[in-house]
Amino acid sequence: MNGQALFPMILMLIIMFGIGIWASRSIRSSTNFLQDYFLGGRSLGGFILAMTMTATYGSASSFIGGPGVAYTQGLGWVLLAMSQVATGYFVLMILGKKFSIMARRYEAVTLVDFLKERYQSKWVVLLSSFSIIVFLFSAMAAQWIGGGRLIESLTGLSYTSALFIFAISVLVYVVIGGFRAVAVTDAVQGAIMFIGTLILLIAVMIAGGGVSNIINDLYTENPNLITPFGAAGDLSPAFVSSFWILVGVGVVALPQIAVRAMSYKDSKSMHRAIIIGTIVVGFIMLNMHLIGVFARPILPGIDVPDKVMPLIALETMPAWLAGIVLAAPMAAIMSTVDSLLLLVSSSVVKDVYLNYIRPNASPKKIKTMSIGVTAILGIIVFLFALDPPDLIIWLNLFAFGGLEAAFIWPIVMGLYWKKGNKYGALASMIVGIGSYIVFDWLKIQPFGMHVVVLPVLLSFVTYVCVSLLKQPAMKAS
Amino acid sequence: MKNKKGDSRFQIAHREALIGVGLVIFNFIWWFGFAYGLGHKDPSQYTYVLGLPAWFFYSCVVGLIVMVVLVTFIVKRYFVEVPLDDEGKVDE
Repeated sequence: MNGQALFPMILMLIIMFGIGIWASRSIRSSTNFLQDYFLGGRSLGGFILAMTMTATYGSASSFIGGPGVAYTQGLGWVLLAMSQVATGYFVLMILGKKFSIMARRYEAVTLVDFLKERYQSKWVVLLSSFSIIVFLFSAMAAQWIGGGRLIESLTGLSYTSALFIFAISVLVYVVIGGFRAVAVTDAVQGAIMFIGTLILLIAVMIAGGGVSNIINDLYTENPNLITPFGAAGDLSPAFVSSFWILVGVGVVALPQIAVRAMSYKDSKSMHRAIIIGTIVVGFIMLNMHLIGVFARPILPGIDVPDKVMPLIALETMPAWLAGIVLAAPMAAIMSTVDSLLLLVSSSVVKDVYLNYIRPNASPKKIKTMSIGVTAILGIIVFLFALDPPDLIIWLNLFAFGGLEAAFIWPIVMGLYWKKGNKYGALASMIVGIGSYIVFDWLKIQPFGMHVVVLPVLLSFVTYVCVSLLKQPAMKAS
Repeated sequence: MKNKKGDSRFQIAHREALIGVGLVIFNFIWWFGFAYGLGHKDPSQYTYVLGLPAWFFYSCVVGLIVMVVLVTFIVKRYFVEVPLDDEGKVDE
């Protein structure tokens, strides 16, 4: 049975390899290696752009963790997940044309390049590179764990061997193919996610005897499951709404997302991506979380939430079809991991090494470094993921929140407020990250909102106040 | 002239960013209003549309469709295509 379920996955991996090799050829003939390897030569069209944003964002947290929590919490968690629809249009509209124009003018390849030119400060560069490396590294580890788990539950291999297979597959195409490989594989993976969730949702509806029947079963088990308030009635409107910041508008500040907003070819691509992105994000989020809720009456009593998705697929469908559908979460994880890996690598190579360690490295050296660092980072993450903590969603969200609190105002205000300066940016980053970590640790959550809310507000106030206070000092220097 | 062009591109960008903010606020109000407006009563008194509780149907399912239609309309109607590259040197 597992052999049949595995076949579509193996096929998917082979396609990914193919794309990696194809992309590596266009890199070999490249005249601007850094821009090509880390940004795909700024040539993405609308469809690929929409798909790579969606796929990067729709990660293990949403694909494995998300339906798992929805299984436990009921429709209230689907409601929460729908706050992510905003990312489909908001990110590109806010960063939009201005970010893309500025990035081209600055010849920025990474988010940090943009910050560096905008603020002209060594400390802004160092602090932002450091936080990208630390936070995204931990997010990446969480994703690898998700990938390993998924292969483990599908194949019955040990976690270590499963993780190993996963690591090798991702590493190969990212290392050789760079951003173009990542973006194109993301598009394929995004399409798999779109179709996979749809098939699974339909299968689950049929297995549960129709929507009315399923909702009725849920109501009979626990009426709270069909309210917006969660299984125990403890999902307050304030808590759920605060996810509009964490997984909605705050996503603007995630480096792996922001960097995509400088990678597209022209404004027409961006317009198309906004429309396609909204449809795809909304559709995937809604279907995927509904699957989690609808799975409950069909397969009651699953106590490891991460296993809901694989188990329900194998339960409701023939093995070969389950294999196709389960390629979807696999695709989701891979498409996030590949982007994170490349982003952390670009931060190490471009933001740290080329800025401060060896500014005049030869093109050949840069190329060796980029590919080498990407490979080594992948191996380190693998070692981290060998000893995994439980429920991946929270790990992942911690990294998201930290980065959002750090970057949202230096990016957004840096684009739209002339008076913003390096002092404001630096102070805002320190306050953002610092307060996020402290509040998370002390569990400071006013009105029961998610921890991220207050640090985002604090970093805004800090950015504005410090920028204004330091206005004359900037003129003097 | 070149300077002027840079400025007008940014004016467009600023306007579109504001449209983005407006859309999010609208999206949030729709989502919140239906979810908690219809969902706060006791589950035994819920009404259903297509098998789903009405609050969920209007907030999440219809809400998504409304946003897709709205975003498509606004982008097609109001978003302006601009060149992204600076032609020659543009001084700030």
